[in-house]
Amino acid sequence: MIVEIGHFALILAACVALLQGVMPLTGTATNNLRWQLLARPAAITQFLLLALAYGVLTHGALSDDFSINYIAGHSNSLLPIQYKVASVWGGHEGSLLLWVLMLSGWTVAVALFSRSLPLAMVARVIGVLGLISAGFLAFVLLTSSPFERLFPAPLDGKDLNPLLQDPGLVIHPPMLYMGYVGFSVAFAFAVAALISGRMDAAWARWSRPWTVVAWMFMTAGIALGSWWAYYELGWGGWWFWDPVENASLMPWLFGTALIHALMVTDKRGGFKAWAVLLAIGAFSLSLLGTFLVRSGVLTSVHAFANDPERGVFILILLALVVGISLTLFAWRAPKATLGGKIGLVSRESMLLANSVLLVVATAAVLLGTIYPLIVDALNLGKLSVGAPYFNAVFVPLMVPVIFLMVPGGIAHWRETRWQSLSRSMRIPAVAAVLVGLAVCFFTTRGTWLSGVGTALATWVIVGLVVQIIDRLSKPGRIAPSFWGMHLAHSGIAAIVLGVTLVSGYEEERDVRMGIGDSVSISNYTFELKDVVLADGPNYKALRANVAVSKDGVPFEVLRPEKRKYFSSNMPMTEAAIDSGWFRDLYVALGEPIAGEERQWSLRVYYKPFVSWLWGGAALMVLGGLLSVSDRRYRKSAMGVAS
Amino acid sequence: MKKFLLPLAFFLALLVFLGVGLKRDPSEIPSPLVGRVAPPFALATLDVQAPTFGPEDMRGKVWMLNVWATWCVACKQEHPLLVAFSQANQLPIVGLNYKEVQRQDTPGGVVPTAEEKLTIARKKSTEWLQRYGNPYVVSVFDLDGRVGINYGVYGVPETYLIDKKGVIRYKQVGVLTPEILLTRILPLVKELNAS
Amino acid sequence: MKVTMYSIHRHTGRIVAALLTTLLACGHAHAGEAVPTAQDPVIEKRLIDISDELRCLVCQNESLASSRAELANDLREEVRKLIVENQSDSQIKAYLVARYGDFVLYRPEVKPMTWALWFGPFFLLIAGVVGMARYLRTRQTLSAASPTLTDHERLKVQAMLNAKDAP
Repeated sequence: MIVEIGHFALILAACVALLQGVMPLTGTATNNLRWQLLARPAAITQFLLLALAYGVLTHGALSDDFSINYIAGHSNSLLPIQYKVASVWGGHEGSLLLWVLMLSGWTVAVALFSRSLPLAMVARVIGVLGLISAGFLAFVLLTSSPFERLFPAPLDGKDLNPLLQDPGLVIHPPMLYMGYVGFSVAFAFAVAALISGRMDAAWARWSRPWTVVAWMFMTAGIALGSWWAYYELGWGGWWFWDPVENASLMPWLFGTALIHALMVTDKRGGFKAWAVLLAIGAFSLSLLGTFLVRSGVLTSVHAFANDPERGVFILILLALVVGISLTLFAWRAPKATLGGKIGLVSRESMLLANSVLLVVATAAVLLGTIYPLIVDALNLGKLSVGAPYFNAVFVPLMVPVIFLMVPGGIAHWRETRWQSLSRSMRIPAVAAVLVGLAVCFFTTRGTWLSGVGTALATWVIVGLVVQIIDRLSKPGRIAPSFWGMHLAHSGIAAIVLGVTLVSGYEEERDVRMGIGDSVSISNYTFELKDVVLADGPNYKALRANVAVSKDGVPFEVLRPEKRKYFSSNMPMTEAAIDSGWFRDLYVALGEPIAGEERQWSLRVYYKPFVSWLWGGAALMVLGGLLSVSDRRYRKSAMGVAS
Repeated sequence: MKKFLLPLAFFLALLVFLGVGLKRDPSEIPSPLVGRVAPPFALATLDVQAPTFGPEDMRGKVWMLNVWATWCVACKQEHPLLVAFSQANQLPIVGLNYKEVQRQDTPGGVVPTAEEKLTIARKKSTEWLQRYGNPYVVSVFDLDGRVGINYGVYGVPETYLIDKKGVIRYKQVGVLTPEILLTRILPLVKELNAS
Repeated sequence: MKVTMYSIHRHTGRIVAALLTTLLACGHAHAGEAVPTAQDPVIEKRLIDISDELRCLVCQNESLASSRAELANDLREEVRKLIVENQSDSQIKAYLVARYGDFVLYRPEVKPMTWALWFGPFFLLIAGVVGMARYLRTRQTLSAASPTLTDHERLKVQAMLNAKDAP
């Protein structure tokens, strides 16, 4: 009965979404104030209904209601409680419901935090979001309802995929979806601007905080996914250029470009059409990602169950949303006025370069991801495009983007004299070259690649230190967004350093060990003390106790496991990791080796600076938070002169 | 301002590719061996006394090579069809028994010799074929999978159609269905027999 | 930057080689030193470098180096044999492509079919830089003063002008 209430709530929500979409938008066209005023209440109503539907599904999971087909397929009575909650988004139907719920949540946020915006604008934004929501709800109700029943209900569920029974599942998808869906707000603002014909600095100022917050979630989501793969999969990899990973990277790249382009539109009224296009592009890439992951066109370890019928529906949704907005763009954007003069060397030109480079990088990732599809569609056969391609193409494209962080921060608006700019960059340049050369030639296993990477990171760090010192020496309050920018940029530098050092200097030992055997990497020694049985709530496991000592002094026992879940045939590796500021020690237990003596295969890794990858991402998120907290955004949204 | 139409144009092109892609199966790998001579091999057969067998022994005939194993669940699915088809006497079917001996067949972690493996494989497959029917004029044992690699085998079951000159003309990945037999294989067999 | 999931470097190779020789000299492993799983670290390193760029055909997008599937084990064994026979990297890749097609390569070969893939981003970059330069050139000659009307107002004016034309 409760389940049917949930289903009914979903149907009602779809109707409300349609009303929320159609009426305010029509109201702005016909100047009907009453219809425009419907926007906020409609958004709130839709959210409450969706929250109810989502609550019903979660209740189904927590109460082991296996008459719900979805719960039976993804949950199990033995599952620990947090994974029952997380199993709601462990599969296609449930994760879509979460998606729609979040879209509605963002819409309510816009409804609540837009008191100072003109009503017509709010009506348009909420209207656009309503239409998108209606489309997705139609998709859910017609092809992917999580409330389908299963009669007779099985005694127990199929269980959540063991790979997903991990804290990572509890946090990574929600964060990522908040990002994916969050870009819809910037999209809605952009489309609203196109509809109204009012693409100006005010629009940019309103859009900025929403974009940054969505970007923050996206950054956190991607970083969490990478970290999860790192400790879960058992061999310490953290990025595989898998189509689903690319599907999250592409909107992120566009989102980054958008944040930077909006600065120009906000401050100097320039790049209006470009910023609008980026906003449309970022969310379009989110939708494209949804399509790629759920339609079965690409093989991925990540993909949900493939269903071409669903793929057709999402494709139609994608075609409508993106097609209409791009048509609107072609029609309205030419009417946008240009801003003032832009010097060849100026902050604007640097930010423009940032945009262009990020768009080209995104295009490269997109090309690589769908090239197999294009070749197959043209009947030219089947080929694979993997990490070697992406590393070869993406990394060189990102180097100039990261390089520009320093001059971009130093350069003035409108125009900067090249001499003063180059003078300011001298110290970072010298520091970077020195560090790069030192790393390349004076470390064992140093290569030109590790030299370039460390040089780039040094360039950014020293560059921002120079800028901070310079700014501190000047009078006046420093806005939080200044700190936010440098914090976020330092995060990128940390990531570059982490990637460079871990790729260049990591070490691995793939060994056979009996009890009492040991293996060493640099000044760490790993000794296998014993291997015991260690069963869990829904699995059986073998656990190795590995004593770790540094310079002969013992300091840790790592306990890698090999688990066999009741529900699956594949054994799972639970690696044991000792995370440190400057290195990770990573031990994975392999198969027992047949023979007279008891021996097991083990893989031991030494990964320098790998935690700087996730640390850098955290810095980026904090930087974004600081930027958004700048009261200029929140204040200036009130009483905006157009 | 034609340039403002560029994003839309690009997107429409993308849509077309995505739409076509929906109809394709990204995990199906076409074989580069179609049109090339079947790689030679000389493998032991079910019959202990018989000499080794290879594709040259089928020169002058159109024949079918079916990759199978007793541990393969999907093979059981297509097996009745194969048996029925073999009784229609359209063309000889040769079985390539792929990696028959698995780890669980030799408990205790002892690695068997090649001779022991062959004996185990013969025993297992003879029993299985007696139970489910034998569509094969001869079945050979690819115990370590190397012949399979030469034929580009990446899963079981797979089926090849080879012509009189020993050239592979068709490869079917996965379970054979009556539809595939009727629409793809039989017409091709007729065509190859006529030449 | 090469992101390798397995990296056994020269350094490791030398240490392990030294270990191996001492172990072989003793005839059996001391309790104490773990024996590397691989027989020959030099071959193993080459195997990993090559198989990092090959696709596991039965997996949902994993490299041959990292997959634990049975076919992946067999193919790695095959590659190992070819390395021992002193085949070059391109010969080994050609061997596998002859049997499984281009699908097995994670680094697509540079041939007419993949020219758009390999050179596309580069040309896109050139186009982007050129476009940006041309755009910035036009923005040099613009007057410093902003237009007096906002977009909203301009549309209003246009509408009024259009309305004037109506009968």
